[in-house]
Amino acid sequence: MIRKIVYAIFIGIIIAGVLMFLSAFPFGENKMLVGKYYIENATNDAGAPNVVTAVTLLYRGFDTLGEVMVLFTAALGVSIIFAVEEKKKKVVQPPNFVVRVGSRIVFTFILLTGFYIFMHGHLTPGGGFQGGALIATGFLLLYLSYSDTGINRKRFMVAEGLGGIIYVFIGLIGLFVKGSFLANFLPKGTMFDLLSAGILLPLYIAIGLKVGSEFAGIVDDFMCEARCTGGEG
Amino acid sequence: MIYFEWILLVSIVVIAVFSIEVKDLLSAVILMGVSSLLVSFVFLLLHAPDVALSEASIGAALTMAIYVIAVKKTERREE
Repeated sequence: MIRKIVYAIFIGIIIAGVLMFLSAFPFGENKMLVGKYYIENATNDAGAPNVVTAVTLLYRGFDTLGEVMVLFTAALGVSIIFAVEEKKKKVVQPPNFVVRVGSRIVFTFILLTGFYIFMHGHLTPGGGFQGGALIATGFLLLYLSYSDTGINRKRFMVAEGLGGIIYVFIGLIGLFVKGSFLANFLPKGTMFDLLSAGILLPLYIAIGLKVGSEFAGIVDDFMCEARCTGGEG
Repeated sequence: MIYFEWILLVSIVVIAVFSIEVKDLLSAVILMGVSSLLVSFVFLLLHAPDVALSEASIGAALTMAIYVIAVKKTERREE
């Protein structure tokens, strides 16, 4: 009983502290100078109409590299947990005709939409992470509908490595040409063109490749765990 | 239009409570996916379309698939 009262008092103190801290900032008012700078200057600095993209890739490109590394580590952990030598495919009943053909058609459109989203990351909402996740969703559909997909895991690894190498390589070129890692060394071009905004487009293609193949690898691990025999499963 | 937002927000809370309370775990996973899809609509109404995209593809599709596989490997009914 006493313990519960002590807990209640502590929780009350914490909530009161949070409320007092929040009441110092009026709602909706911009107090941060950094945020104000981004809103006013990001479009000119990057040459891209999408401010979010300019912030994540131009001002904080190094953080984005760290995020991609976190995702890579997570995918690596999943594949280490599920790594069992010599898994065999269970004989499962293949899904019916409508599911097989329909999913093959829908998969094409999902893949196209994913590529569109990360190719136009600097012009429209979205970017590498969103497009990559969408591509992985398409692969999930393919895994669900086919009994034997014949998807080669090695190609995911190649795409993932390629994405990471492109990202770091662009950063290093910026370091040698302009003197800082991930500096924008390409011309900005005209705004609203596809080939504009300097390094944002190649960086987003690299991130899209990397994120898409990582998520697809995680999906592959899980589907194999559900479907294969061998090991403990 | 304001009624639409009210209905959306209330239904998210109701679906979330149902997904905790329901005894069939597969239904719980599906309800969770539906609530995450509705949350992505809310992001769209709040003018954050990029967050809505990631929420719809990761929250509603990939997470749900992984939970469905977990339910398939374990028990479907909760005691």
